[in-house]
Amino acid sequence: MAGFLEQTVNGLVNGGFYAMLALGLAVIFGMLGVVNFAHGACYMLGAYGAYVVLHSLGLPFWWALAIVPAVLLVFGMALERTLVARLTLLDPLYNFLLTFGVTLVLQAVVTWHFGPAANPYEPPAELAGALRVGSFVYPEYRLFVFGVAAFCCVLAWWTLSRTRVGVVVRAATERPELTRALGVNVGRWVTPVFGFGIALAALAGVLAAPVQAVSPLMGADLIIVVFAVVVIGGLGSIIGSVVTGFAVGVLTSWAQAYAPAVVGQLLIFVLMAVVLLVRPAGLFGTQEAPV
Amino acid sequence: MRVHLGRRLHVAVTLGAAGALLAACGGGGPASGSSTKLTDNKIVLGVLNDQSGPYSQLGGKNVVVAMQMAIDDFKAKYGSKAITKNITVISADHQNKPDVAKTDAQQMYERQQVDAIFDVPTSSAALAVADVAKQDKRLYFNISGASDDLNGKSCNKYTYHWAYDTNMLAATTGIAATQNGDKNWYIIYPNYVFGQQMRDGFTAAIKSAGGTVVASADSPFPNPTEDFSSLLLKASTLSSKPDTLGVMHAGADLDNVVKQYNQFKLKDKGIKLVVGLMFITDINALGPDALAGTQFTDPWYWNFDQTNRAFADRFFAKTHARPSFADAANYSAAMNYLTTVQTVGSDNSDKVVAALDGKHINDVFLRNGTVRAADHLVTHDTYLAQVKPSSEVTEPWDYEKIVKTIPADQAYAPPSADCHM
Repeated sequence: MAGFLEQTVNGLVNGGFYAMLALGLAVIFGMLGVVNFAHGACYMLGAYGAYVVLHSLGLPFWWALAIVPAVLLVFGMALERTLVARLTLLDPLYNFLLTFGVTLVLQAVVTWHFGPAANPYEPPAELAGALRVGSFVYPEYRLFVFGVAAFCCVLAWWTLSRTRVGVVVRAATERPELTRALGVNVGRWVTPVFGFGIALAALAGVLAAPVQAVSPLMGADLIIVVFAVVVIGGLGSIIGSVVTGFAVGVLTSWAQAYAPAVVGQLLIFVLMAVVLLVRPAGLFGTQEAPV
Repeated sequence: MRVHLGRRLHVAVTLGAAGALLAACGGGGPASGSSTKLTDNKIVLGVLNDQSGPYSQLGGKNVVVAMQMAIDDFKAKYGSKAITKNITVISADHQNKPDVAKTDAQQMYERQQVDAIFDVPTSSAALAVADVAKQDKRLYFNISGASDDLNGKSCNKYTYHWAYDTNMLAATTGIAATQNGDKNWYIIYPNYVFGQQMRDGFTAAIKSAGGTVVASADSPFPNPTEDFSSLLLKASTLSSKPDTLGVMHAGADLDNVVKQYNQFKLKDKGIKLVVGLMFITDINALGPDALAGTQFTDPWYWNFDQTNRAFADRFFAKTHARPSFADAANYSAAMNYLTTVQTVGSDNSDKVVAALDGKHINDVFLRNGTVRAADHLVTHDTYLAQVKPSSEVTEPWDYEKIVKTIPADQAYAPPSADCHM
C-alpha cells in the first residue's frame, strides 16, 4: 500500500513538470499561434540558471527560484520582439523552424560554455530529508516541487478566469479579430504572454536541477513528452494541458510499477494516438470551424 | 520551401561528390615511390565516440588528448628512426547511434585514410563498427564498448577488445558482492545490448555465488525524461523484498540513478547499492559521499602506483582532469598499435594482427596483459575498488581505495565457443 502511494505521489511530482511546461506551451500557442519548440531549451536554461546562481553568484536555491524566471521572462520577451514577431503572420511552420533553430543555438552555446556533461546540483539543505509516515517514505524536496507546480497552475487558472487580464487573454486566444474589433489592444499582451510562458519553463527548470542532472540536452528529450501532453489535452487548452500533465505523470508511474517496462514507456504515445483518433481536438479542446 | 530544400540538397550532394573525388586523388598521390611501407606515407588514428551525450564525460574529447600523448611519446621514443613523422588523430561524434557510428567508420576508413579506429563506447555502436572493420579489413581497437559479443559471436580478425567486457564486470563485482552477503538482487538496466548483457552476466554470476535475482526492470536508452524514480520505487512494491539494488546504467544515466537512490533513502529501507560499471568521472560528477562505500571493478586507477600517477600528472596538465580507465586504455592501445607498425615496418592490417596476436604486454594500462589470439580480448589484472568518503579524500580525484587486485586469469572467462575468427 505504501508502495502504491509512493508511486502515485511520484507520478504527481513528475506530472507537475509536464503540467508547468505544457501550461506555458498552451498559453503561447493560444495567444500567438506559435508552437514554441524552444520551450525545452528554456527549461534547460532555467536549470543552468540555478547552477550559475549557486556557483557564480554564491546565492542559495531560493534566490534562483526568483532570479532565474525573472531573467528568462526578459529573455522570452526579447526573443518574441526580435525574432518570433517577424514570422507570426506567415505559415506557423516558419516559427516552428525558427524556435527549433533557437533550440539548437541555445544547446550549442550551453555545451560550449559548460561542457556536455551533467553538472551536480544538490537539493537545498532545508529539504534534503525525507518525509516518513509509517512505511511511506518520500523525499521532501520532491513534495515541494509538487507544491510549487500545483500553486503555479492554480494561480494561472485564477488569473485567466477571475482577472481582467485573464479575460483579455482568453478572448484574444479564442477570437483575436473580434477582440481587436472591440477596441482591445491585443498586440500589447502578446509579448508579456510569451515571456510568461518562457518564465514558467525556466521555473520548472530551476525546480528540476536538484532532481535531474543539469545537462545541455535535458530539455530536448522532455519536450517530446510535453508536446504529447499538449496534444492529448487539446492544443491551446489551458485547463486541458494542466490536467493532462498530472494525469500522464500518474498513469506512467503506475504503468512502470505494475506493468512491463515497455508499457510505461509507450503509454503516453499510445494515449496520444488514441486521443487523436477519437477526439482530434484533444480531450479538452474544442473543434474550431475553419475560418 | 520544398524548392529551397531541394536546391540546397543538390548543392550539398555536388559538393560531397567533389570532396570525395579530391580525397581519392589526395590519397592515391604520394603513395607511389615512397621508401616506407606505409600505404599513404602517413598514419591516421581515428577516435569515434560520444562527444555530446551521456557517455561523453567518461572519455569523449579527452580520449583525443590521450591519443595525441601516445603519438608524441611514440615520436619521442623513435625520433628520426620513426616509420613516419606524419601521424595524426581525427575524431567524430557518433551520438551513441549505431547507424551514425557505421557511417562515420566507413567515412574514416574509406575517405579519411584512417588506419585504425579507437574507443567507441555504447555497445550497439561498437558492434556496428566491428562489422565495418571486418568488411574493410582495417583495424579497430575497441576500448569503451563493453559487450562480450565483440569477443564472442561478433568477434573478427580486425577487432581487438582492449580494456574490459561485460563478463569480466559480472564475474568480479557480481561474485564479490554476493559473497559479501548481498543475496537478493533487484537489477535495473538500460534497455540496449550493453544493459541486457550486464543483466544476464550478473544474473549468472549471482546465482553461481549462491544469490538470487528477485526482479529486474529496464529503462529506455537514452532515457528521455532522465527520471528513474519509478524504477527505484518499484523496489519496495516487489512481493519478495530485495536487499541489493544492482544498477547496470553507465555515464550520466548512472549519475541520475545514484542521485535518485539517495533521495529516496533506499539505503535506509535496507536496499544496498551495487554498481555494475563505474568510471572515475562518475564519482567526480556525484561527489564521493553520494557513493561512499560502494564497491565496483575498475580496470585501471590513476593513483594505483607511480607509473599510473606519472601518466595521470601529464594528462592533468593538458585536461585539468585525471584520466579515466578509458583514457588510459586508449593511450595504451594507440601506443601498442604504433610500436607494432614500427616493428613490422608496415601498416598492413594482416601483418599488424600477426604481430599483436598472443603478445604479452606490460605498460601504463596493462599489467600482466595478454592479447588473446583466439578471440582478440586483451586480458589483464583488474581491481576491486571502493569509493572513499570525502573525509578520507586527500586531494582532488583521490576517490578510490583498491580493495584487491584480481589476477587476469580470474577476472576474464576463457574464450567463447561462439567466436570464429
